[in-house]
Amino acid sequence: MQNLGLGDYRSVVEVRLNGEPREVVDGATVADLLETIGIGKRRVAVELNREIVTRDAYAMTRIRGGDVIEVVQFVGGG
Amino acid sequence: MSMDDDAFVLGGRSYRSRLIVGTGKYKDFAETRRAIDASGAEMVTVAVRRVNITDPGKENLLEHVPPDKFVILPNTAGCYTAAEAIRTARLAREAGIGNLVKIEVIGDERTLFPDVPATLEAAAVLVKEGFVVLPYVTDDPVACKRLEDLGCAAVMPLAAPIGSGLGIRNPYNLAIIIEQSRVPVIVDAGVGQASDAARALELGCDAVLMNTGIAGARDPIRMAHAMRLAVEAGRASFLAGRIARKLYATASSPIEGMLD
Repeated sequence: MQNLGLGDYRSVVEVRLNGEPREVVDGATVADLLETIGIGKRRVAVELNREIVTRDAYAMTRIRGGDVIEVVQFVGGG
Repeated sequence: MSMDDDAFVLGGRSYRSRLIVGTGKYKDFAETRRAIDASGAEMVTVAVRRVNITDPGKENLLEHVPPDKFVILPNTAGCYTAAEAIRTARLAREAGIGNLVKIEVIGDERTLFPDVPATLEAAAVLVKEGFVVLPYVTDDPVACKRLEDLGCAAVMPLAAPIGSGLGIRNPYNLAIIIEQSRVPVIVDAGVGQASDAARALELGCDAVLMNTGIAGARDPIRMAHAMRLAVEAGRASFLAGRIARKLYATASSPIEGMLD
């Protein structure tokens, strides 16, 4: 497996993000993932395996292979 | 009595406007904001949906309709079970704007009528979890009473199916709901033109919620303005106390001093 230049050896795993398969670094945090997606200052809510991840837990919550993640936002609606 | 005293209180907060508008079905965010401004609405509904990962979009609705300027009311549109609605409400609250939620638990794809038992179930759970619950419901006085008893902050009976533009289909049911309710009654869904909104307020409703009625109009900005006036006129008419309906005429001009 390639060295991803993170200082230690990590593998890439597959998860499901918003209904689509996605590869993430094993053990990446929710915060890492949101940064990769480019969420920025947008108000979102995150669910990991059907449990809500609170904002203050983003940096501490690690993602593992097979995880199902939902990231939602507010959009136009009636 | 000052006209300013007639504030609309919902969920512990006071509003001058009795019009709540949705943010869906507009051409773009700019039009959405212009319509909301023209309507005078202080509270707007939004839906909760997945972020598009491949194209998150440079702009976001809340940049155009900021939460520090408007009260954001997330809905559970698209939910067909109580569990889905509860899940959506919890996610909406987690996004960190507030405790308000409009629960929509749909029972039928064609009419988009609420599934009343599922709505009651979702309402019971969410009220217990401290949400300020505004339930979209049929114009059924029994269903509305059950929701009120569960602790909902208002009841939101439909005038007609969502987006149908049919106006108030059952004013008699609505009148009964208004008479029995100890929480605000907000007519939600089915408004098609300004007189529909005025009629709802004239019946004694506390507010009206609409989306398609404005966004789907040929000139949404002009219709938003019309709705604003209609809600104000309807409310003033209600408070002013209309004349009685009579079968026969009563002259408006005096008999005294007539020429013979």
